[in-house]
Amino acid sequence: MILQALAFYVFAAITVAAAAMVVVSRNPVYSVLFLILAFFNAAGLFLLIGAEFIAMILVIVYVGAVAVLFLFVVMMLDINLTELREGFLDYFPVGALIGAVLFAELLLGVGIIGAGSTTVAGLNAHGAQVMAIENTRAIGRVLYTQYFYLFQVAGLVLLVAMIGAIVLTLRSRPGVRRQKAVDQINRSKEQSITVVKVPTRGGV
Amino acid sequence: MTIGLGHYLTVAAVLFTMGILGIFLNRKNVIVILMCVELMLLAVNINLVAFSVFQGNVVGQIFAMLVLTVAAAEAAIGLAILVVYFRNRGTIEVEDINAMKG
Repeated sequence: MILQALAFYVFAAITVAAAAMVVVSRNPVYSVLFLILAFFNAAGLFLLIGAEFIAMILVIVYVGAVAVLFLFVVMMLDINLTELREGFLDYFPVGALIGAVLFAELLLGVGIIGAGSTTVAGLNAHGAQVMAIENTRAIGRVLYTQYFYLFQVAGLVLLVAMIGAIVLTLRSRPGVRRQKAVDQINRSKEQSITVVKVPTRGGV
Repeated sequence: MTIGLGHYLTVAAVLFTMGILGIFLNRKNVIVILMCVELMLLAVNINLVAFSVFQGNVVGQIFAMLVLTVAAAEAAIGLAILVVYFRNRGTIEVEDINAMKG
């Protein structure tokens, strides 16, 4: 139990510190790398409470896809780094104020919930049965039956996002010579060959 | 000492607040703002998974997966818009994005 608590505090501390570094770091590339660190440690937090599937999905989807996408875009755009940091401290007071108010409200919510019955001890019989089988199997049993249509819609969302991203970033440059397979196939003999009668001793 | 629901909710609250703070502080760089949105979504996911586990109901984790899907789609579209915008304007400063102000 002590080991679990220790692991939780390590993961939580690194997650929060990495999140802070995402916000304050000077270079967007470092921001992305700290975001990856935060996601890894959040996956560790998920592992600790037994949500293995979500933890692995977090590593695969966020670290493998989203963060690398961010990294690509950061390196593709030629951004002036010094300009980007101007006015950082101008917004600090109002940002800190709103952040403090929000955090106080969230902690209030946590306190109210903590005082309630939703703790491990409050696990009901059905919940204990669900948690007895492995996490991935439990998710599959619910996802592919009860939430099947939702699952399909999630796939559609991803498809639309993919098409949208391609359509947005595709640009047709003028002056680029491309192979036109249809034109090549549809060539006829008349278009491409001419028979020339060469007169004797006359030349072409 | 056992780690309870409150611990996880506190971590999520800290992460969410950091995301908000990042959006307020980085008024120049849209990429960092998008990353802060991802941080806030991560905080929401931590909340969902923590409630799911501590209440013994696996539906919360399915919701977390859907949030993950939508977050991935949002990141892809947002970054595509960002690339197109940078191509047209040559800058990604938030304060310069006022073309639709009228």
